[in-house]
Amino acid sequence: MADDGVNKGRRRFLVAATTVIGAVGAVSVAVPFLSSWQPSARARAAGAPVKADISKLEPGQRMVVEWRGRPVWILDRSTEMIQRTKALSADRLADPDSSKPQQPDYAQGPLRSIRPEIGVFIGICTHLGCSPLFRPEPNAEGVGVDDWPGGFFCPCHGSRFDLAGRVFRNVPAPLNLEVPPYYFESDAVIVVGASEDEEAA
Amino acid sequence: MGNPNKPKAQRGVMRWVDERFPATQLWQDHVSRYYAPRNFNFWYFFGSLALLVLVNQILTGIWLTMSYTPTAEDAFASVEYIMRDVEWGWLIRYLHTTGASAFFVVIYLHMFRGLLYGSYKAPRELVWVFGMAIYLALMAEAFMGYLLPWGQMSYWGAQVITSLFSAIPAIGPGLAEWIRGDYLVTGITLNRFFALHVVALPIVILALVVLHIVALHEVGSNNPDGIEIKDKTDADGKPLDGIPFHPYYTVKDLVGVAVFLFVFCVVVFYFPEGGGYFIEKPNFEPADPLQTPDHIAPVWYFTPFYAILRGVTFSIFGLEAKFLGVVCMGLAIGLLFVLPWLDRSPVRSMRYKGWISRVMLGLFVVCFSVLGVLGVLPSTETRTTIAQVCTLGYFAYFLLMPFYTRLEKTRPVPERVTD
Repeated sequence: MADDGVNKGRRRFLVAATTVIGAVGAVSVAVPFLSSWQPSARARAAGAPVKADISKLEPGQRMVVEWRGRPVWILDRSTEMIQRTKALSADRLADPDSSKPQQPDYAQGPLRSIRPEIGVFIGICTHLGCSPLFRPEPNAEGVGVDDWPGGFFCPCHGSRFDLAGRVFRNVPAPLNLEVPPYYFESDAVIVVGASEDEEAA
Repeated sequence: MGNPNKPKAQRGVMRWVDERFPATQLWQDHVSRYYAPRNFNFWYFFGSLALLVLVNQILTGIWLTMSYTPTAEDAFASVEYIMRDVEWGWLIRYLHTTGASAFFVVIYLHMFRGLLYGSYKAPRELVWVFGMAIYLALMAEAFMGYLLPWGQMSYWGAQVITSLFSAIPAIGPGLAEWIRGDYLVTGITLNRFFALHVVALPIVILALVVLHIVALHEVGSNNPDGIEIKDKTDADGKPLDGIPFHPYYTVKDLVGVAVFLFVFCVVVFYFPEGGGYFIEKPNFEPADPLQTPDHIAPVWYFTPFYAILRGVTFSIFGLEAKFLGVVCMGLAIGLLFVLPWLDRSPVRSMRYKGWISRVMLGLFVVCFSVLGVLGVLPSTETRTTIAQVCTLGYFAYFLLMPFYTRLEKTRPVPERVTD
């Protein structure tokens, strides 16, 4: 045997070709295994964005929809409510300009919304996960402060949020209420759970 | 054909086996004629103890899977069932939970021994790297195992840690979803962590343990003096300062096993929750995605890295603080892997290194311990500052090592091991 008559060039080519084909095969086989970790069709369906018709929502009213097992508040703020919220002194709030990442980029700023009147918040207190109560009227009773501008009050540990979901200072909750991704499909229909740019995907 | 000169039993069943499988050869190479330095001390107990704990985890783990249900609906109840209704279930579970913490205790001491005596230095780089890979796999194994009881801390710990991946720019959010298999930690996550915890990672860990030991037995064990016993041999080629692993060190390790089991059993029988450090208190409540616990802290063996993560509270180079924290945490573990190439000292053991090395190792141990304590506690401004200082100390140990190990004056190394 030995090296008699061995065509080294052909051997090298065959080794290289087999390696390449084998590697392609290995990568291809990896695809289903890795993709299998993606959220399943059932998980995707359960976590899909929800649509809500807001045409019947009057100024000052709030509606609740469920998204991924959590209550989402959709609040139609009247002009007067917006003024009250804007007039609120920044000293009373922990994060008045919503600089902490509790909302998508397009919902930053004092009102934390796309349209000034429509506020969308996940109705879970950022302290220990209770659902705060809706106390929109100024100086409502039982919120524990004078000079109440209207907002949300958590009965569990007394955390307070304004009508833009911004947390007050000196309450247990550390962060503003979370704003989920959302967009307006039309004037009357809001989609909660996806941003407009993602929807194309 | 194998090695024609390989050792064989002279007669009987072993002769028959040896002609078909290198049983006697393996026994001699790895046990009865594996020459280990004769000057091993206290620090050399923890390798064999790690092996013992591994066996404990595998045995008790197999028994636990017999009664455990990996679904979001039933997981918590099935653990209660093991604790209350399964015969001796409480003992098997406590052996497993205490074993997890014990594993990290012995591994941390084992790793410290490596730092102390330079056991990672040439030619033992691969022993160290395989060992670090075991440590990394063990962290993944422990993290995934902690989700399985599906208590509040299981759930929120997993939620926090999987969220870390979403801090990575661009691919982050998708990566976190890919790991969880859902938008939040759910039963889907639980089921896959179960599969990884009981099947995939144990196989990986066992394979790595084999590699770790094969690499060790190829180059031989280091010792407290950090000198090569193979350099001084007798006429037969046996190291003058070496003694056969069996019976000398098997018997020595047996003493370590007895003492270890005594302490271990005291914990298992009298303090199975480890004061809330081995099993955290919120984990006695079932997981509730709508209710975040007051204070989320990882189990104690992760807290030094958690404190590093939390300590990064500033953004630089336009990178978010959260992402930088993740990077620092990854780097804190990654640097351990390249340790053999950071140490430029001509000697291995701390006995003969200079004072800077000793001070730096001391600093490292202090910083690591302080970070460990801080990682358990809720963060305050003062604690964050202390964590930042300790993080600097932690990194200084590694990043300055190429300089101080080269600059410092070392002491003369003896020819033979000292008593």
